Amino acid sequence: MSTPTQFQAAPMQGERRVRTISGNKGLQIEEPLIFEQGMKGRSGVDLPAVPQHKDRLGALKRKGEIGLPGLSEPQVVRHYTKLSQKNYAIDMGVYPLGSCTMKHNPRLNEKMARLPGIGDLHPMQPISTVQGALELIDQLAHWLKTLTNMPAVAMSPAAGAHGELCGIMTIRAALLARGDARKRILVPESAHGTNPATAAACGYEVDPVPADDRGRVDLAAFKAKLGPDVAGTMITNPNTCGLFENDIIDIADAIHGVGGYFYCDGANFNAIVGRVRPGDLGIDAMHINLHKTFSTPHGGGGPGSGPVVLSAALAPYAPVPYVVHGPNGFALVERGEQAFGRLKGFHGQMGMFVRALAYMMSHGSDGLRQASGDAVLNANYILAGLKDEMTPAFPGTCMHEALFNDEFLEGTDVTTLDFAKAMIDEGYHPMTMYFPLVVHGALLMEPTETESRDGLDRYVEVVKGLAKRAKAGDAAYFKGAPYHTPRRRLDETLAARQPVLRWKPEAPKKAAE
Amino acid sequence: MRYLPLTDDDRRGMLAAIGVPSVDALYSDVPRKVLLDGPVDLPGFKSELEVERHIGALAAKNLGAASCPSFLGAGAYRHHIPAAVDHLIQRGEFLTSYTPYQPEVTQGTLQYLFEFQTQVALLTGMDVANASMYDGATATAEAVMMANRVTRRRRAVLSGGLHPHYRETIETHGRFTGFEVTSAPADANGAEDLAKQIDGNTSCVVVQNPSFFGHVHDLSTLAKACHDAGALLVVAVTEIVSLGLVTPPGEMGADIVTAEGQSLGVPLSFGGPYVGLFATRDKFIRQMPGRLTGQTVDVEGKRGWVLTLSTREQHIRREKATSNICTNSGLCALAFNIHLTLLGETGLTKLAEINHATASRLADRLGAIPGVTLLNETLFNEFTLALPKPAAEVVEALAKRRVLGGVPVSRLYPDDPSLANLLLVAATETVSDEDIAAYEAALKEVLK
Repeated sequence: MSTPTQFQAAPMQGERRVRTISGNKGLQIEEPLIFEQGMKGRSGVDLPAVPQHKDRLGALKRKGEIGLPGLSEPQVVRHYTKLSQKNYAIDMGVYPLGSCTMKHNPRLNEKMARLPGIGDLHPMQPISTVQGALELIDQLAHWLKTLTNMPAVAMSPAAGAHGELCGIMTIRAALLARGDARKRILVPESAHGTNPATAAACGYEVDPVPADDRGRVDLAAFKAKLGPDVAGTMITNPNTCGLFENDIIDIADAIHGVGGYFYCDGANFNAIVGRVRPGDLGIDAMHINLHKTFSTPHGGGGPGSGPVVLSAALAPYAPVPYVVHGPNGFALVERGEQAFGRLKGFHGQMGMFVRALAYMMSHGSDGLRQASGDAVLNANYILAGLKDEMTPAFPGTCMHEALFNDEFLEGTDVTTLDFAKAMIDEGYHPMTMYFPLVVHGALLMEPTETESRDGLDRYVEVVKGLAKRAKAGDAAYFKGAPYHTPRRRLDETLAARQPVLRWKPEAPKKAAE
Repeated sequence: MRYLPLTDDDRRGMLAAIGVPSVDALYSDVPRKVLLDGPVDLPGFKSELEVERHIGALAAKNLGAASCPSFLGAGAYRHHIPAAVDHLIQRGEFLTSYTPYQPEVTQGTLQYLFEFQTQVALLTGMDVANASMYDGATATAEAVMMANRVTRRRRAVLSGGLHPHYRETIETHGRFTGFEVTSAPADANGAEDLAKQIDGNTSCVVVQNPSFFGHVHDLSTLAKACHDAGALLVVAVTEIVSLGLVTPPGEMGADIVTAEGQSLGVPLSFGGPYVGLFATRDKFIRQMPGRLTGQTVDVEGKRGWVLTLSTREQHIRREKATSNICTNSGLCALAFNIHLTLLGETGLTKLAEINHATASRLADRLGAIPGVTLLNETLFNEFTLALPKPAAEVVEALAKRRVLGGVPVSRLYPDDPSLANLLLVAATETVSDEDIAAYEAALKEVLK
């Protein structure tokens, strides 16, 4: 057997030597689509014989083939294993996407969601057979209500944007109940795109509010827009600039003063859990992204879960279904007197509820407070480490995310996008880029509490190094990045101009042998 | 705390580097009167073992559908999930990645979404599909709103065979967005004729196939009636396995097909998370809601994938977006994608045949019990029985005998006493001959 000392690496001898015959690059293995590997008649599942039966399909039996490929189990396992290796993930390193709260996803939570009696529970079973499930939802609701100091919570929304829909519909229902639907919703320009999209989907006109030079809602401009036709406002706090809206109590008073309601986008709740309770700020409704703050996995874009906590004024209008304590244990209300309606099938994202409860119980009240503190500490540590080489968008400390503008790149010909792509080659997922819109060339970094100090030290060193490299005039390097990924920069214009949204079999060649 | 890497030494050193005396000092923008001094009134931290015990005890209070003969459907179906599916979706590179906004480091997610979109288009018989919605009900509501945009009309006609949760979700959106919804009465016998409901203001007709009550319909005539009136036909499918055996909506003239994809790869999990499917015709792609993955090339000319046509979406278009959806059901779409890849053409077809055969056999047996009437001429894996007494009572009595006998229609139509005796019964490949015998015996006893 050869030992490492006997092994001598051959020196690199130019491009020809480096290019492989297969197109693979070591562990980066090219992988065709399943449709390009299928074989007729092959399957990765063995099924018993079809029992004798009377055909009851009428005349509607499918004619012709579906066109699905046939693969065996080993081929399927390899296919998805190889695909997985083309992804970056929080399991691999820092994932500093601002406003996305990419924190560690504990594996205990996965185990709990798969327990018999939870994973195999049908949503329409008799209520007497699902008492444990309703109790679990009730317990999670108690944690959410206590952490926010709000009296009620609507559990069914499936994600953050769905929670926004729930909140704004609740507000509209409360206004309609007093015969005053109103017209406008005030939304800061720094808001997530889902906020104006939600307000519009609920029949409201969106009235944008500018930010002041401190990155907060411009209170004077906000007050100037208030009037009897304002239904409410949607404000993210801490906001998308990573700052606490320090006028928030005045904002709440002002909106209530004209008879409107205060919706808070809770995307950034992770910064203040156990330290500030939204109910104490005068908020009427706020969604909580369980997939951000309470660690349920993002899964490549979902599923999420977006329960909405509600003030006493809005609570009666919450959508069905909801859990109540009845004479025979827990009951599920599926038709409510004042409920504004229903937002989805069944009762909510139970799989996410279990994970979130496991996460909260693991931390406990003290641990959750520690976690939000560490999240803010980590963000400020990055800000302090990078502030001399990059340009913070606003002076002072931040909450859970550090925001930079692209001033430090001025005159370098390197853009925020180029900078992000160079981070990829360094083994990091880029920060959020070009958001919020109120900051030029924004670079928004949210490390979360689950990063270690030495991990952040390495991250800061790398990002500083890149900033220096950009300023040293190496723009061409940035323009070409990334170099070391399974694919380099992709042509997004082509994708949009000539959309290819599915695989299609090649047209059969005309009898060419 | 096991998830927090910082030590107290770290924290002190970091505060010094930042130049602030304490973590509290970082919260100086928070009005003093609302900043808490200590933890809120909730329990303290727990070890893994303690959390397992607590949640395990809650789980043990439930009667899991896998632990007894189980015949529930009504939009969520118990199917066997191959072991490889759950193993693969728990790979951290899938489980713990974000939305693929940076395509160079998310080609894995983007490629499976492209495969998923293709599978959904093939199954439904449509041209294109998106990268998933929250669930079948929300996908169907989005379809109605898309039909409103396409036709510039504002009235949707809903079949009485549409799942009541889907109907209520659409009605809720209608109330707030401002479109009219005409909902037909419950169609337990599968005999409704919606064509006469269509007028010049109708944007779409929404039907479910197989229907909520289990009937399988030929929708070609209805599609023609819709198109003649300038309306779209939206077809919702709550049991996606049916499309292994039943003519797909796309071949019957559907303009938009929505579906609940839970049956492939996704556990019941008390109702969520599930995965909504959304497919349509090429000519409507720019009106679609949700994310789309498209094929392109990189700077070296190699094939790759990106999220595309995002000018429809909220992060670009804000209040003018086609939908407010952002997070979708990525990981459930992956589970669906893997399960369907494992099945393949022959596997899915056979799985659908077994489902149909099992349900048909069960219908014969239960329909033969004195006092019980089978309402279905046609069915896939679910049907409706008329019982001699209220179905809710019967289901409770069956549950006491550890048989989950189905969903009483009254659970979803609490206000319609004429439906009180109807029971929805589903049978998938998970139902054995012994389960059928146990159900038959228990039902006879309960009805005695």
